[in-house]
Amino acid sequence: MSEIEFLSWVRGPGFQIAVIIFIAGVLIRFGEILLLGRKKNLAEAKGSEMSSGLRTIITRSIPDKTTFQRSTFTLVAGYIFHIGIFVTLFLFAPHILMFKEVIGFGWPSIPTPIIDATAVVTIIALLAVLAHRMSNTVLKFLSTKEDYLVWLVTILPLITGYIAFHRIGTTAPTLLAIHILSVELLLVIFPFTKLMHSFTVALSRWYNGAISGYRGVES
Amino acid sequence: MTINKDKSRFDMTLGETLRSQGISRRSFLKFCAATASMMAMSPAMIPKIAHALESARRPSVIWLSFQECTGCTESLTRAHTATIESLIFDYISLDYHHTLMAASGHGAEDARKAAMEENFGKYLLVVDGSIPMGNPGYSTIAGISNYDMLMETAKGAAAIIAVGTCATYGGIPHANPNPTGAVSVGELIKDKPIINVPGCPPIPVVITGVLTHFLTFGTIPELDHIGRPKVFYGQSIHDRCYRRPFYDKGLFAETFDDEGARKGWCLYKLGCKGPTTYNACATTKWNNGTSFPIESGHPCLGCSEPDFWDGGGFYKALSMPTENITKTAIYTAAGAVAAGVALGAMNKSKKNSATKAHNKTTIDDLEK
Amino acid sequence: MSSSTVVPFNIQNGDEMTQNVKPLLHEIKHALDSLIETGKSTIIDLRSIPLAPGEEDKILNTLGQGEVKAQLNALGLSEVNETQYAGVWTVTHYNDEDQIISRFIEVTTMPEILCSQTEDIMAAYSRLAITLDDIVEDNLETN
Ligand code: SF4
Ligand code: SF4
Repeated sequence: MSEIEFLSWVRGPGFQIAVIIFIAGVLIRFGEILLLGRKKNLAEAKGSEMSSGLRTIITRSIPDKTTFQRSTFTLVAGYIFHIGIFVTLFLFAPHILMFKEVIGFGWPSIPTPIIDATAVVTIIALLAVLAHRMSNTVLKFLSTKEDYLVWLVTILPLITGYIAFHRIGTTAPTLLAIHILSVELLLVIFPFTKLMHSFTVALSRWYNGAISGYRGVES
Repeated sequence: MTINKDKSRFDMTLGETLRSQGISRRSFLKFCAATASMMAMSPAMIPKIAHALESARRPSVIWLSFQECTGCTESLTRAHTATIESLIFDYISLDYHHTLMAASGHGAEDARKAAMEENFGKYLLVVDGSIPMGNPGYSTIAGISNYDMLMETAKGAAAIIAVGTCATYGGIPHANPNPTGAVSVGELIKDKPIINVPGCPPIPVVITGVLTHFLTFGTIPELDHIGRPKVFYGQSIHDRCYRRPFYDKGLFAETFDDEGARKGWCLYKLGCKGPTTYNACATTKWNNGTSFPIESGHPCLGCSEPDFWDGGGFYKALSMPTENITKTAIYTAAGAVAAGVALGAMNKSKKNSATKAHNKTTIDDLEK
Repeated sequence: MSSSTVVPFNIQNGDEMTQNVKPLLHEIKHALDSLIETGKSTIIDLRSIPLAPGEEDKILNTLGQGEVKAQLNALGLSEVNETQYAGVWTVTHYNDEDQIISRFIEVTTMPEILCSQTEDIMAAYSRLAITLDDIVEDNLETN
């Protein structure tokens, strides 16, 4: 297979396969969660589920003082790489073009040099997070193979994207193809790992809040 | 000191031929300077090129045209003033080229046979067009199938120059669904040095540049991983594009006539394939250095890369998927939801029957 | 776009786009320095540098026109000009159709192409000898 054929494949059939697995996987996981069902709560509601749920989505996204002091590194590095991924993924002009093609609408991009710098910061944050995970005894003990896999498929698109943009190493079609392939890998693995939290985070935070709300306690 | 008039044209070196035509050494130097510039060589090479070319001997060239549109020959012969192209072109002995030669029919075929015999092992074979493998009858010359003619003529060639994207990578005939089973020269011939000069068409000076290199150094130029001379195909359009600063800043033309287009911003969003295309357009330019497509406001089509015709559309940006992903996504979602509903219904009936079959435990049961 | 619409391109006089103009001028300055120090001449191929439309003119305008302006008639026109900075020359080769085929900036005391070439001198010698013979013969006949 020539490199241009490789590029055509990842832009065409490869992308298709990845999207099929991604969407089907995500829907199945959601189905699993939503169709689980719960026993009817016979206790009388002591407060509103909805308002407490929504409030919790927000409050749990802002760390409280003691948590922040206890795990400053995890929080700072965590925020940096989450925001970084958001910026590089959704605000880079070529990426927006791709979304526009698939979902039918786009949004304004931000200047490429900012994306470039963000990507570097994000990669560093992710590396730091890994170093932390491997050096902290407790964290290391708690880590599973899946954790490392998830870390890898998250950082790969960033690194390959950075290399493809700066055109380092081999020829450009190959670099671009590898970058797209790394994203496809992420899409395929996404629904079956803890990466699903990107979708379920709001849901679970709402649920936490809702339970407390129902009981009439602060969440 | 004076020119040996007895020498046949064939035995003269290029320098002698030129002087016999009244072309001064100074003109020749000028030509060498232009050649060095075109071959992206350092100006320090000019005296070396001059020396080598002056003593070069006239090569015999056989040119075969298969499934092609003659655009490559047009490209080469378009500039027929006393330029680099014509100097080199006048100098080589083009013994067979069925579009350009006066002879036809048996005469033409005899010329090819004669050139092959006389210069066996020494002649250059130039090929444009792809070779149909589906049915030999798809393309024939003088009743000989393209495949047979290529294999026969390639035997005695010192080297083969595949000119144009059809000969190098199959080109348009090879585009999906490839009705004639078209293949490139490189797919059929493995035992000869092949220089790929792709482009649809290639820039004329790139074609002659390769010939010049062969004449100057007697070797084939350094090639990249898909057989292209690195001097011309070593850098991508994007890396040499004067619009690159706009790409780097993220300033793009959104349509062909918006403000960005007028200001000369990057054409990435309009489908530019410059980032993945290796060719000399951005520096050598077209029509004797007048401009090149991007300078005229049109994105690069990627014509010097394999399968450029099947790249998902000329106006589709490189970051866009080539298949209809929206449809794929909707069908998948619909399928998954349908499957979910069916599973849910099954679960529900199971649950119901389970509930129905469920008997409350009584004291009697426990006493059993 | 209807055919009557005129799209005004203003990239010709736009700002510097490739940022190659200044470095190039600096390179010329360095070349002049080494010409003074070591007598080494330098040739810069303007085609080897990506330049936006108008940038080449910008460079040429900066260098300006000096004392020497020479024209060659060799397979089309060539212009060899000394810029207002002595020792910095521009050499432009045209083909028969007045299209530029190459353009160099030479930092030297005298561009090589202006010098008479040995081969041409030799050919000139034999041509002159033949002409002289003819003149002698003519003279003999008329007498
Ligand atoms: S116009 Fe094309 S080649 Fe030029 S910078 Fe933009 S994407 Fe690259
Ligand atoms: S700009 Fe691109 S498509 Fe156009 S001739 Fe050059 S390589 Fe081919």
